[in-house]
Amino acid sequence: MSKMVNLKINNIDVSIEAGTTILSAAEKLNIKIPVLCYHKDLCIAGNCRVCVVEIVGSRKLAAACATPVSEGIEVMTNSLLVRNARKHIIELLLSEHNADCTKCYRNGNCELQDLAAEYKITNQDFIDMAHDGVYSIDDLSASIIKDDSRCIRCQRCVRTCRELQSVGALAVAHKGSEMKISTFFDRPLAEVVCTNCGQCIIHCPTGALIEKTYIERVWDAIADPDKHVVVQTAPAVRVGLGEELELQTGERVTGKMVAALRRLGFDSILDTDFTADLTIMEEGTELLHRLKANLVEGDHTEPLPMTTSCSPGWVKFFEHTFPEMLDNMSTCKSPQQMFGALAKTYYAKKVDVDPENIVSVSIMPCTAKKFEANRPEMRDSGYKDVDFVLTTRELAVMIKQAGIQFVDLPDEKYDSIMGKSSGAAVIFGATGGVMEAALRTAYEIVTGREVPFENLNIEPVRGLEGVREATVKIEKVLPEWKFLEGAELKCCVAHGLSNAKKVMEQVKSGEKEYHFIEIMACPGGCLGGGGQPIPTNDEVRKKRMKAIYDEDTSLAIRKSHENPEIVQIYKEFLGEPLGKQSHKLLHTEYFERQRY
Amino acid sequence: MGKNMLKRIDLIFKNEHDCDIILEKIFKRTNEELINDLIGSGLKGRGGAGFPTGLKWKLTSEAKGEAKYVICNADEGEPGTFKDREILTQVPHKVLTGMAACGRIIGAKKGFIYLRAEYNYLKPSLQKEIDTFHETLKKLKSDFRIEIFSGSGAYICGEESALMESMEGHRGEPRNKPPFPTDAGYLGQPTVVNNVETLAHCWTIFKHGPKKFRDLGVQDSRGSKLFSISGDTPTPGIYELELGMSLQDFVDDFGDGDSKAVQVGGAAGFCVPRKKFRETAIGYQGKLTGISLPTGGSMMIFNSSRSMYNVLKNYLEFFEEESCGQCTPCRVGCQQLLRGIEAVKRGDKPHYYLTKLLRLTETMKMTAKCGLGQSVANSFSSIVENFREEMIY
Amino acid sequence: MTDIQELVGGLVKKFGHKRENLLPVLQGIIEKERSLSDFAMVEVAKQMGISAADVYGTATFYSFMDTEPRGRYVIRVCKTITCFMKGKNQILLALEDSLKVKLGETTPDRRFTLLETNCLGWCHKAPAMLINDEIFTELTIEKVHEIIGEYKNK
Repeated sequence: MSKMVNLKINNIDVSIEAGTTILSAAEKLNIKIPVLCYHKDLCIAGNCRVCVVEIVGSRKLAAACATPVSEGIEVMTNSLLVRNARKHIIELLLSEHNADCTKCYRNGNCELQDLAAEYKITNQDFIDMAHDGVYSIDDLSASIIKDDSRCIRCQRCVRTCRELQSVGALAVAHKGSEMKISTFFDRPLAEVVCTNCGQCIIHCPTGALIEKTYIERVWDAIADPDKHVVVQTAPAVRVGLGEELELQTGERVTGKMVAALRRLGFDSILDTDFTADLTIMEEGTELLHRLKANLVEGDHTEPLPMTTSCSPGWVKFFEHTFPEMLDNMSTCKSPQQMFGALAKTYYAKKVDVDPENIVSVSIMPCTAKKFEANRPEMRDSGYKDVDFVLTTRELAVMIKQAGIQFVDLPDEKYDSIMGKSSGAAVIFGATGGVMEAALRTAYEIVTGREVPFENLNIEPVRGLEGVREATVKIEKVLPEWKFLEGAELKCCVAHGLSNAKKVMEQVKSGEKEYHFIEIMACPGGCLGGGGQPIPTNDEVRKKRMKAIYDEDTSLAIRKSHENPEIVQIYKEFLGEPLGKQSHKLLHTEYFERQRY
Repeated sequence: MGKNMLKRIDLIFKNEHDCDIILEKIFKRTNEELINDLIGSGLKGRGGAGFPTGLKWKLTSEAKGEAKYVICNADEGEPGTFKDREILTQVPHKVLTGMAACGRIIGAKKGFIYLRAEYNYLKPSLQKEIDTFHETLKKLKSDFRIEIFSGSGAYICGEESALMESMEGHRGEPRNKPPFPTDAGYLGQPTVVNNVETLAHCWTIFKHGPKKFRDLGVQDSRGSKLFSISGDTPTPGIYELELGMSLQDFVDDFGDGDSKAVQVGGAAGFCVPRKKFRETAIGYQGKLTGISLPTGGSMMIFNSSRSMYNVLKNYLEFFEEESCGQCTPCRVGCQQLLRGIEAVKRGDKPHYYLTKLLRLTETMKMTAKCGLGQSVANSFSSIVENFREEMIY
Repeated sequence: MTDIQELVGGLVKKFGHKRENLLPVLQGIIEKERSLSDFAMVEVAKQMGISAADVYGTATFYSFMDTEPRGRYVIRVCKTITCFMKGKNQILLALEDSLKVKLGETTPDRRFTLLETNCLGWCHKAPAMLINDEIFTELTIEKVHEIIGEYKNK
């Protein structure tokens, strides 16, 4: 055990491990110190100075987030000196911030606004520098809007983009009064290595980085009597939405969400989970096909390891970073895009609506999905497969706008055709979920038996560890899979693009050998996606993750291939996994993008 | 004027070139003896912050690390100071010797001179000097080596942690402290960062003994110091003077007879008005009569023809550009101070707005992330307090 | 391979590809090109494995790392207090007159760029200016015309 240090905070004695910051020590005592640049996911910056505290006897105030405790110090977190300084700092931040709060997308959920309210900043002593400054608003990306006039230069986004995601699309540029958060040469986000993952958005304390919203477009579609508006909801939305609507973190709201969507006026409420199950059928088959081709037939055109392709942030990152390995990525479209392609073909036929008149909306925990839906190749139905993508947060806004009392809603069920799903699909929302779902199905296809894990819960691939590995030994296979007898399937799961990059570099160098790699761009997987409620941190991720696995266990069907609607769609429409129709509608290709 | 009240000291630029003899002497002695000499001399950092040099070396020698480094801070960017350039031009071997001594004591094999881009023209001669010095070191079987690292135009890199960020290839943004460079400096390793002049003084101390140095100056402010004298003076230039002198004596010596203020310590320093010349001493703490001001050596004299508003505005424009921009009080504070005095001058803000800005300077001093950020408001508070009417009318 | 790629390649080889070699590499480009083009920065990013935005962000921190095109001779006139007191503005006017450009501009023949800079450390011999790495002090209007005349003939 490490050394303990004794100190006083606001006259309360506390003994705490050496190396702890004053901020964490105060937190242990339930003393809240305000922060702006500090975020639990990120390294310490210590630059906003809002968290300054007084150490009795020192002429300077110390940043609580960046100062370790030391023996015998007396810390005051709310002395007159501290209050005055802190107020000054908030006023300074407001003076360079476009504080037209009523016209801000983050109005009501802004850390700076909260602080201004808490400290009752009613004066405007300092000169307003936001309104005479020349600020650029970059709204050219399909996913993210960057509004420099709202930026308080805390650099959370830069640290997120660099450390958490190793993307490095954002950096701090210039110095002094010119200092700003910038892309390379201040180019639009749409023209740089930005993966649209939206992690910068959920880490931004203000409205400087927000999602590009399509709410009004969706309202328009709903109001148009000629349009048949279908909506799909991603697995992770149901474990996050409640947070935006006065429910506890980690509360499952699947039934209420369906009820709300129906009340919003969507014509059909369907589930991305259905196509998540379909993804498993296609991707699982693709994996088996690749194993056979590579291990038996010596055909390496579709090499191993195969990586998943459901996370559009990851896909774009891969295209930028590992262009020489594009063939390693599963050709499967993401569940959202599979759904989109089927909505305007299979579904249209089933409900007898002209696909021209179908508006396909998806609710995603993700901002990269907005970009994905706009990729030019995502039009295999003959139309734009997915018309509009809304984040979990945007759906919450619509529900509030409609005056729906979400908490009081009854639980309702999805509509049929593409509305049924299995527990395997639900867990797509958590890191490791796709891997687990794929194993549940692939193992059974090959051996005719269930995966050898208690209650089908493949624990080794679960959790928040950045990179997780699992080996599944395949024994007593069915005759047609004889070549896999005794084989050990080496799997790897990574989440957060920094971890993804690490894993892929190890694969590239030959240091690691895997057959199958699941990668999610966002820490925690989709449940921690860039479109999820703010704040998101590990504490929140854990609660949402628990909800996801609870949802899985609560369902009668836990394996994708047992979803009756899946069986039906292959019988009636697709034929077989990797078949001709599947290839046309459910698979895609990737393109090399500039790394710099 | 020109009364020669103050004794001129001739140590730093004294024509001495026996590097090999001094180094041999240094290498023969124990670390303890050497550190004791330094501590005994009372030498404090000549960059302006005034940290005891012997203690800094001692702490670094005791710190654990895979490698250790000596960095000579030649990022002389404080407005009004130019003495380090002169040292590196005239007696670079003294600085190199100081670095080698430090390297030996703390256990460093590598030293760097962080040379500001504005002094790029010094590089060829300095490199030649380093090459010769390396020959001497080789003869003495020392594997200590020195390299020049060029800055690229950033005042803030004079702050030691910003300097190291810059050397590591990053934006020169000051780090959080602790850890201090003595524990985790360049590349995370224990590092001594010393000003050019500090290292040059080590020559004197190791050659002539600590007493010779200690006998100069007063109380806590021992030794001599180079002063860069500019502004309204008939004799601008670099002078080596004893610490502890009174500002009145200084002005009598160097002023033009009409001095109304002296800016001590550069743009980040303090402005002293005529009425306070007598009570002000130049040095670290250790009061003579009234206040005592530390300085990196910048002494800018203003006569009564100068508008202190223009002086302050020039300083604030400097800081508005040269703040690294990461921390709120310095980045936004400097802009507010500058725009504030302009607004008062224009009449867009009432004169008592200056009082609000003075309160803001208190916050800036207490909350900025680095030492420079904490001092950017010094000139504002000392000029506004003493020349308030010039700010308004 | 383009000239820039070759230049960057040579510099990275000379200094090393570690992050702590970034400034020397960028300085090497400046020495040759007087400024950092987007193409050059992308090349540095590629060869040193740093994100391009990060290279840009680092470069723009330093006043001597221009990211806009510059002339062969970059003139930097000191604007800090003593030079200001000793007539920097007249010097600037003389330069503008002699070069027929305004502050911040580059001559059409791409030979001269006229800029201001912060303290050059020649306060006792103000006013002062740098032309590339060469220092000129105790400037007068006549001296300025003379110096520029010499440079024009270079």
